[in-house]
Amino acid sequence: MSNQNGNTKPKLALYWASSCGGCEISVLAIHEKILDVAAAFDIVFWPCVMDFKVKDVEALADGEIDVCLFNGAIRNDENAEMAHLLRRKSKIMVAYGSCSMEGCIPGLANFTSRDAMMQFIYHNSPSTDNPDGVEPDPDWAFPEGPAPLPKFWNTVKTLDQVVPVEYYLPGCPPEAEWTETLVMAAAAALAGEGELPPPGSVIGNKDTVCDECPRTKNEKKIKRFYRPYEIVPDPDTCLLEQGIFCAGYATRSGCGALCPQVNMGCRGCYGPNEGVDDHGARLITGLASVLDAKTDEEVDAILDTLPDPAGYFYRFGLAHSMLHRTDVAHAPKRDGN
Amino acid sequence: MAEERVGVYICHCGHNIAGTVDVEAVAEWAADLPNVEVSRHYEFMCSSLGQELVEEDIKTLGLTRVVVAACSPHMHERTFRGACERAGLNPYLFEMANIREHASWVHAVDKEGATEKAKALVSAAVHRVVHHTPLETMKVPVEPTTMVVGGGIAGIQAALELADAGYKVIMVEREPSIGGHMAQLDKTFPTLDCSACILTPKMFDVGAHPNITMLTYSEVEAVEGYVGNFVVTVRQKARKVITDKCTGCGTCWEKCPIRVVDDVYEAGLGYRKAIYRPFPQAVPKYPVIDVESCTYYKTGKCRACQMFCPTEAIDFDQQDEVVDYKVGNVILATGYEQFDARRIPEYGYGRLANVFTSLEFERMVNATGPTGGKIMLRDGVTEPESVAIIHCVGSRDRRYNQYCSAVCCMYSLKFAHLVKERTGAEVYNFYMDIRTPAKGYEEFYHRLLEEGVRFVRGRVAKVTDAARGPGEEGKLIIQCEDTLIGKQRRIPVDMVVLSAGMEPRHDAEEIGHLFGISCSVDGFFIERHPKLDPMATMTDGIYVAGVCQGPKDIPATVAQGAGAAARVLGVISQGEVALEPIRAEIDEEHCSGCRICNTMCPYSAIDYIEELQVSRVNPALCKGCGTCVAACPSQVITGAHYSYDQVMAQIDGILIDVNRPVTAEAEVAAD
Repeated sequence: MSNQNGNTKPKLALYWASSCGGCEISVLAIHEKILDVAAAFDIVFWPCVMDFKVKDVEALADGEIDVCLFNGAIRNDENAEMAHLLRRKSKIMVAYGSCSMEGCIPGLANFTSRDAMMQFIYHNSPSTDNPDGVEPDPDWAFPEGPAPLPKFWNTVKTLDQVVPVEYYLPGCPPEAEWTETLVMAAAAALAGEGELPPPGSVIGNKDTVCDECPRTKNEKKIKRFYRPYEIVPDPDTCLLEQGIFCAGYATRSGCGALCPQVNMGCRGCYGPNEGVDDHGARLITGLASVLDAKTDEEVDAILDTLPDPAGYFYRFGLAHSMLHRTDVAHAPKRDGN
Repeated sequence: MAEERVGVYICHCGHNIAGTVDVEAVAEWAADLPNVEVSRHYEFMCSSLGQELVEEDIKTLGLTRVVVAACSPHMHERTFRGACERAGLNPYLFEMANIREHASWVHAVDKEGATEKAKALVSAAVHRVVHHTPLETMKVPVEPTTMVVGGGIAGIQAALELADAGYKVIMVEREPSIGGHMAQLDKTFPTLDCSACILTPKMFDVGAHPNITMLTYSEVEAVEGYVGNFVVTVRQKARKVITDKCTGCGTCWEKCPIRVVDDVYEAGLGYRKAIYRPFPQAVPKYPVIDVESCTYYKTGKCRACQMFCPTEAIDFDQQDEVVDYKVGNVILATGYEQFDARRIPEYGYGRLANVFTSLEFERMVNATGPTGGKIMLRDGVTEPESVAIIHCVGSRDRRYNQYCSAVCCMYSLKFAHLVKERTGAEVYNFYMDIRTPAKGYEEFYHRLLEEGVRFVRGRVAKVTDAARGPGEEGKLIIQCEDTLIGKQRRIPVDMVVLSAGMEPRHDAEEIGHLFGISCSVDGFFIERHPKLDPMATMTDGIYVAGVCQGPKDIPATVAQGAGAAARVLGVISQGEVALEPIRAEIDEEHCSGCRICNTMCPYSAIDYIEELQVSRVNPALCKGCGTCVAACPSQVITGAHYSYDQVMAQIDGILIDVNRPVTAEAEVAAD
């Protein structure tokens, strides 16, 4: 496994598509272990941290990168182009973090359309000052020549909806121990000293956050929901029972139940547990099962205390859910992908 | 899974399916579905030849899965499971596609659409069946005691059949006495037998039968368990009378100073006391205190009954008793309520004094009734010279109930006969159609025609006391179109009898819910099959008898009561029942113990195991309803035969584009 530099270390690439940058930082959350990573791998592409160009990647042979940690969702032509390029150059493609795995916050754009979003951002938002009504023009050209912008997609996609993916590392962002587990396992396997998990595996636990959460769980009947500032929850009892929305009951464990342990309901960033396709559907069905209501009116009254249910249930998983844009009459036509 | 060999069989069901669905095209198309080894169509799959076709293919072609596209699984799932079993295939490796009720019958005018839908349904079944797993039924012993809910003639008949066969029966009756509506009647059509004379011996038998425990003035509060092993919680309301001491002598109600209108037994036409026995032949003979009316419960004074009771049987402090009974089967015979004639204001009941309901009239003509059997106007002295009987009150009327109440024609004819016999008054029957379908009924109608009873065909528009001429003054005038002569008529009469129809009990829905059975749109309990299984219900171990299942007369009620008993005896004599293996199971290794499912189970079959922090399903209690399967947020509860894979495969299958060749199916991915 040598390249033109005579370097025999396996090659590692890291890239961010549509994401906040937290995943990039999370890689550094492995602290001094990053030195082990640097020792084990030859980092060939990490634009956030080091000065690499796309042409550096293009210059590599297909499959020359051993492991690519790809974070961020795919929502424009550039994201997709990089996903395809890195896929072609990499042996192991890892959907790193919630955005690339499930769509995460960028995926919430799928509740609306590109046009409606552009309209809001460039024209209607209270803070917008755009007297000339300028919008990004993908085909923009200066007198000196064309300067195309990446075309914005109507639908945000996950990495595996665009290219095949070997492994998934959940979390917003992933917890450092799992990043370390994956990277060091890959290094060991590439050195012939271990085996990688079967392709398609999610690197994490299989069960839900409840499994790791030390709070006492009782039979549940919820009469109303509270936002965290509205009550001081009992520190030892299940938050959901106390009316604080906690997605832990349907969310993959592996984080150590960090949020519930500090009186915050689980947000659900680790996505669904093993074997579940649609995180939001399971959050809804589970929650609907414990509402203390007999009539439609009572159900409505309880749900009125849960602001933005779509955001609660699909905060992380919308792009990857079964809720595709099936309402053809109302969904804008897609192009650009 | 990939190596499964599926046999697909499309049934013509004569013209029922083949008349609408192109069965040959469906069979031909289905042959290309994944894993399909053979795809055939046949005239009657349920016939022995059809079943043998399946058995033969299993043996010779080595089929590992079978799909029959025919009628509802309610009808023939068992049939084809049996065929699979005979050929050595686990019966749960079979799947039925309902292309009759779900395709040919509902899309009779759209042959092409019905054929496409049939293909989609077959595809769903084929996709699903490869995910099936072999399941084994679980045998559980049957508790031989039966509960009969309702002490009318249906319940009485059922209870006596079972008790005479040597099995214990627990009869629960809401009122203080058994007997039901039949005990209120004077004569029964068409033979004019005295109702009490034929009923009271049976009531007595129930009361005296060593195998029957009679719980009157009692109601079912809760039901748990499943066929063969129900636990029914019964609240026995406090009679305030110690039955061990009471002799039924009657001193108490003679001395009681409070007179109350008797809305139940006397249909509001007569009175009873605050402590009362509903009627002289009541079984049991013990009275009850109506605490709503009794002075003692209002003021703490009176105690007349207690003071005069020779056996000190009155106990004002007696409390309700709630007792659990273990029974193997339940027969619901909860009867009916009469349509409230006040709901038709134009007929004037409750406003015009001399408009009576049929039940009031039954009490009036009864020798033990409030008038001693004399037919009199509301004033209690005047005998009518003319009587109008209006049929179909609240029945066959879109405003109220669309159905025919089945008994009103005949009892109206009976009323006409009794009026003629006892008063010589002129009698008019206002009818839409005379329906006399059973044995001896049409003959009775002819007898009435000969007795000079008048019949006017048409629905009465209104009953009024607003006279338009001298002949109408002081009379009730029936305004009606006589459709046989095509003219409006106004007929003045002294008395009007409204032949009100039968309605489900006001709480039939709740009772159904308690026992896990449903009501039709009319509100009557739904039987398992309207023709072939009218006594059983969709819930194993719960049977229905009498009018609670639908309007019917006494002979039909008795037949159904006996029939339900026969069905129960069949279960008891087997000694054990096979429970469907369709149950929920929790993967304990992956259960996180969130306890969301714990409160969901309608059968209390889920326990939380504290030490392991997991939930567990008790397979004997689980009925496979799937509630917890849907609720489980981590999807670790699986419903056997309704697993996630099976259901999702079925959905994938039904969403197939039936107009493409099957081979193109894989291309349907683009979004």
